[in-house]
Amino acid sequence: MTFVLEEFQLYGPGFLQAAWTVFALTILTIVVSWACGLLAALAQRSRLKSVRAVAGFYIWFIRGTPTLIQIFIIYFGLPQFGIRLSPFTAGVLALGINSGAYIAEIVRGGLTAIPSGQSESALALGFSRSETMRTIILPQVFRIILPAVTNEAISTLKNTSLLSTITVVELTLYAQTLIAATFRPFEFYIAVAVIYLVLTTVLTLLASWLERHYARLS
Amino acid sequence: MTPPLLSLREIRKSFGENEVLKGVSLTVDAGEVVSIIGASGSGKSTFLRSINALEVPQSGFMNFEDLSFDFRPESRFFPTAAQLQSLRTRAGMVFQSYHLWPHMTVLENVIHAPIRLLRIPRKQAIEEADALLSRIGLYEKRGSYPSRLSGGQQQRVAIARALAMKPRLMLFDEVTSALDPELVHEVLVLMASLASEGMTMLLVTHEIAFARDVSSRVLFFDQGVIAEAGPPDILRHPESDRLKQFLHRILHNEVVQASAALSTQEGRLS
Ligand SMILES: Nc1ncnc2c1ncn2[C@@H]1O[C@H](COP(=O)(O)OP(=O)(O)OP(=O)(O)O)[C@@H](O)[C@H]1O
Ligand SMILES: [Mg+2]
Repeated sequence: MTFVLEEFQLYGPGFLQAAWTVFALTILTIVVSWACGLLAALAQRSRLKSVRAVAGFYIWFIRGTPTLIQIFIIYFGLPQFGIRLSPFTAGVLALGINSGAYIAEIVRGGLTAIPSGQSESALALGFSRSETMRTIILPQVFRIILPAVTNEAISTLKNTSLLSTITVVELTLYAQTLIAATFRPFEFYIAVAVIYLVLTTVLTLLASWLERHYARLS
Repeated sequence: MTPPLLSLREIRKSFGENEVLKGVSLTVDAGEVVSIIGASGSGKSTFLRSINALEVPQSGFMNFEDLSFDFRPESRFFPTAAQLQSLRTRAGMVFQSYHLWPHMTVLENVIHAPIRLLRIPRKQAIEEADALLSRIGLYEKRGSYPSRLSGGQQQRVAIARALAMKPRLMLFDEVTSALDPELVHEVLVLMASLASEGMTMLLVTHEIAFARDVSSRVLFFDQGVIAEAGPPDILRHPESDRLKQFLHRILHNEVVQASAALSTQEGRLS
């Protein structure tokens, strides 16, 4: 018993620090992915063919290539063009751009679920296209896509473990350094898994609370 | 002499090869109630939707208050986005299937446009909306979401939402067609009271009796043109063969529906 307590005192703060890094990575990545995703989803409905083509290429490229390769392109590839990013920044950017393509597809699906009459009645009152999108369409889309978006956030959270490969000291890399010193992979990987479980469960609970909240409002 | 509120000349609209409006002209004075009848596909909705440019015609001229448009694409007077918005804030439209916004309460549906577009202070917008909702008998429902309302109630809210913009003109496109028969009356009563207060109205309707009793003028659309127009009396004494046939068909349908309803009732009884 004293043994476990000692271990906890020894490695606990480090794990907490690493878990915090995962949390920060996830939040920042979600912000980037929403920016990319919304932009790409709206770009796909643009009247300009070239704008639609750029958005289409983005989604096609991201969904068709491994996430790990996208991370490597940004962290190892960009320095060749003089763009040198910290592991953390490169990680947020890579995962955000990656997840954005999936968000774009989710938003697009949500947009097609809204009947055209919804925007027509707003336009008929004199709202501009962008105001209609902002105040009438997107709030409805958001409710529809909440479950899918939650799944995407959970994927993002789990994908942060890939960033161990570019030396971001998140949970996986931290555990690996401990394992190298103690030769006890089982305990430390289980510890990592448990921390991820706690984080994903919290996210899921948060989302289902939001869903119930919206269900009351209609 | 005051100029007409709205005038349209030679409005043409095609969807691809399909020419739906083949040069329609109409002048409407303030306070007039114009009913539009005609067979399905004759272009009634398209015409109504061209008036607030939800469908932009390929050609034709339009005057509405201070706005003058020439819809030919190369024209100097082709409406700008700002002009279209200005037109639409002054010409309210109500649709067959209400299209209330489901994520807003009844009150929020009604105050959204006045606050955002007319920049009316929120407090004042709510007062005005409450007065409108009381008038249509739905004040108690102001905090409800549209999905909790009957079709007739939703349609009345949709009318209130349009009225909250204090429009100079109201466009109604078959606003009772999606309603259960027992809910039609409450909406027609509201429209009749608007008409009697002097609201300028254009309405597409299949309610021949309503058109006869409420409108100052009736237009009969047939294959993209106004085939007959005149006082509501043309519904009793149609001149053109097409209008005669159309009225005959409608009357016949009503008889068929009534007898069908009767026979199902008998079926239940036996
Ligand atoms: N957005 C559109 N795209 C292509 N065709 C259209 C469109 N809107 C209408 N049409 C066509 O235009 C014609 C007239 O349609 P419209 O809706 O104006 O008829 P209507 O007189 O209102 O008929 P109903 O009584 O059935 O409502 C129809 O042939 C219809 O298929
Ligand atoms: Mg129609």
